[in-house]
Formats: sequence, C-alpha cells, structure tokens
Amino acid sequence: MNDTTADWKPSVTREMLVRRQQFLSGVRQFFHDRGVLEVDTPVLSEVTATDPYLDSYEIQGLPDCRPLYLLTSPEHAMKRLLAAGSGPIFQVSKAFRRDERGSRHNPEFSMLEWYRPGFSLQDLLSEVTELLRFLGYQGQVESISYRDAFVRSININPFIDESAVDCRQKEQALLSQASECSSIPVSELDLETALDLLMTHKVEPWLKTFGAIYVHDYPASQAALARIETDEYGNRVARRFELYIDGIEIANAYDEQVDPKEQRKRFEDDNARRRKIGKKEIPVDERLLAALPQMPTSAGIALGLDRLLMVLSNQKTLQDVIAFPAGRV
Amino acid sequence: MANYSTNEFKSGLKVMLDGDPCTIIDNEFVKPGKGQAFNRVKYRNLKTGRVGEKTFKSGDSVEGADVIDLEMEYLYTDGEFYHFMMTDGSFEQHAADAKAVGDTTKWLKEQDVYTVTLYNGAPLSVTPPNFVELEIVETDPGVRGDTAQGGSKPAHLSTGAVVSVPLFIEQGEMIRVDTRTSEYVSRVKS
Repeated sequence: MNDTTADWKPSVTREMLVRRQQFLSGVRQFFHDRGVLEVDTPVLSEVTATDPYLDSYEIQGLPDCRPLYLLTSPEHAMKRLLAAGSGPIFQVSKAFRRDERGSRHNPEFSMLEWYRPGFSLQDLLSEVTELLRFLGYQGQVESISYRDAFVRSININPFIDESAVDCRQKEQALLSQASECSSIPVSELDLETALDLLMTHKVEPWLKTFGAIYVHDYPASQAALARIETDEYGNRVARRFELYIDGIEIANAYDEQVDPKEQRKRFEDDNARRRKIGKKEIPVDERLLAALPQMPTSAGIALGLDRLLMVLSNQKTLQDVIAFPAGRV
Repeated sequence: MANYSTNEFKSGLKVMLDGDPCTIIDNEFVKPGKGQAFNRVKYRNLKTGRVGEKTFKSGDSVEGADVIDLEMEYLYTDGEFYHFMMTDGSFEQHAADAKAVGDTTKWLKEQDVYTVTLYNGAPLSVTPPNFVELEIVETDPGVRGDTAQGGSKPAHLSTGAVVSVPLFIEQGEMIRVDTRTSEYVSRVKS
C-alpha cells in the first residue's frame, strides 16, 4: 500500500450509505406527493453562473472550441423549463464549485433545487419547513431579517444609509469591527467584504444559538437572481432567504427575478465586478434571457443535500456523510 | 521561499505572518451564501510561541517560512550556546542560544536526540522528545511497602528538572518522564 491507495475505502460507514438512501428517497417522496415533477438537466454547459464569488470548473474540449463549464447549480436550465410550461419542478443533481474545500465544503456536492410557479417567498418558506419536518427535523424553526440578525448579534445596522445621518461614521464603525474580527486592515476592506466578514465571523456563530432559522431580505448588492424591493425601513433589499440550521447555511431561496432587461444588467454588473477582481468574464446566457419573458413568477430554492444530511444525522463534517470526499477521489 | 495560496493551507504549514515564522494549527474555509470566501487560520508564532488567529481572503497567498525540523544530538554547552549535531552522518553542528533552547534546558542530556527547528538556517527552537529517561540525583529516602498508596515527593533530575515522583522511588534510580506535562511515568529497569 502507498499514499494514494491506502485511502481507497469510503470515508463513511455502510450505515451512512443506508441513511443517505432513505434521506434521498424521502426527498423524492415529498415532492412526488405534491405533484412536483422531477427533472434532469445537464451539469456540463456552455454558460454558467456569473456571480463574482462563484467559480466554475472550466472544461476544455477540442482546442479551438470555447470551454464548457461544470455547473454551480442547474438554475438556468430549470428556468427555461419553467418558461416552456413545465409547472412546478425539482431536481437532485451534482453541483460543482471550484476551490471550495473544508469541513462544510466539498467541490462536488449534491444539490436539491426546486421551483414553484405562483408561490410567494413565504409560501416557499412554509414548504421548506414542511420538508424539514418530513425528513425528521424536530428542532425549533424561526425567522429573522438580515438587518435584525446584524443588529441583534453585534448591534450594527448593515444598511448604513438607512437614515441619511452619519453614513461615513457608520461605515467606518462597520469596517473597523470587520477588521478587528479578521485582522485584515481597514484599508483592504470595502463595505461588501466587511459585511461578509461580519456574517461569517460574528453573525453565523450567533445563529448557532437557534435551531433552524430563516434569514431574509438581504442587501440589494447580494441579490444575484432575486427580485429587489423596498423594506419597511426604506432599504433596497433582495427578496431572498437563507436557511441556517445550527449556524450552518443549508439553503438559499429567491423570489425569482424575471425581467430580462434587469437580468442582463445584473450579468453585466457581475462581469464588471469579475474584471475588477481579476477574474475571467462569463458569457451571458442569451437563451435564459430569451426565455425569461415566458417564465411565470416563481419562488425557487437551492438546498445543499450533503449539509442537510450532516445536520439531520448529527455529523460534524461533510466528510462524515460523503462516501468519497475530495482528497479520496 | 515559495508562496502558498490559501487553498494550500493546512495544519503544519510554515508561513511568514507579520514578519515572523509561524506554523498553521488550524485552517477553516468559510463562505457566506453569495459572498466572498475566507480562510480563518489559527497559527502559532514560532518565535514567541504565541497562538493567534487571522483571516485571509481566499485566493490570497503568503510567503512560506524557511523553517525546517531536524533531528539532532545534544553535545554540550559552553555556557552561552548549546551545541547540537546532525544525526544524518554529516556531523554538521549547530549552536542554539538560550532563547532558542528555552525551557528545554531542563531536559537536555548529552547524546540524547532532540528536534531542532531551524529558521533561515539558525536554530529557532529545540523540542525534547515526548518521553525522556533521566537519573534522580536528589530526593528524600524511599518509603518501603508504600507502593500502592498515593502520595508523592519532589525529585531533582540530573538535568536540573524537578518532578513529582511516588514515595517509593529512590535517589539514583532512572525514571521515565513525559516532557509535555513534566510528569513521572514509570521506573526504568536497569
């Protein structure tokens, strides 16, 4: 035996293989009972997510051809199905994210994604809770806005321009707290980075004190493909929610943005941001833009199945629930 | 030295942080939803021994530290420096100052082998093996027949260390000591 063959064995027990199978068939049963159609879309695609902080694996085919991408989520293809009149759909698929590796990240993972035409975000939230219960989750379920999560955990309002007074000062206070918890100098931080630091270093640990908790109404700058509206405080917020269980991010839902003009602008803004941080631009998904006018207003969600299985089976790391995690394949 | 990107971080990696050589103890990858990814690193400063935490934006890189751990035999001290010799047959010698040897002085026995950490070629620290066998040079007389009962007494070892030993242990005996806790482990049969 040598270093590359000594770890041929799966990193999970047979019991966990059985647990996973029951878990997946539970997911399928749940949607089958509700008349949601299971679909199967490609993971290899000519276009991929443009998010500045999502990196797709690029696959080079023939030398003169454009590269293909391993998808970070099946979102675009599923929306084209919705636009073509599929009705409610779900998919269990593999998703890929380059350079994401740790106890809560594996570059290849199992994702559950589903779309509900005619559902409000609140309708979808209720359905997620029902799915959790169906799969055996017995803990608390709560809900909090992104704004209140920051205010209650660290007494900082992430919307610095909510009232027009002292914006500069409030931004400085926010940056210096982010710098303090990360030891990254203030000079290297912008507002976005600071919010991400505070979220991961301060707010998420605080969320651990809850069981399941939905965090909703994110700053508009973190909208991705969610609809943007104005909240009760006059802030521009993205209509999306994230589900955390024990402080671990499990799912991410959107009130889906269906305006092709707005969507094109977001793709272009993403690519501008990518250029700025030295990343390759991603070709705009023209087929998705062509489909959007036909797409019914919908709520949609992507859920990390490995993480949910980890939480429901009281495991500490993804390596405890994935038979062959990165490093063993 | 080579640079290391955050995705090469793992425990044991030696890197330069704030101008000092450090070893990574723990590396956690975190990423909020649609946000930026970070690596939260726990490290030990190899010069001061202090443990600290620092966050990196994923994809950033840091300079590696020219730090290497080598097995060396302790030879002698001239009062100012402690002299060690490589055990690889090269007979290459290194002189460590009192700062580098630190608390390890109390475990230093001639001809025993220690881990000497070199930084840019010079000794930075000296680590004893987890267990050493040393002679007791001074302790109160043993109490016979008291092997089962608890109770202990201080014993001075040949290297200057003082450890707590059971009452039945005699002066002149060899004992095995855990250097991490400075605790007596067992008698050594001669």
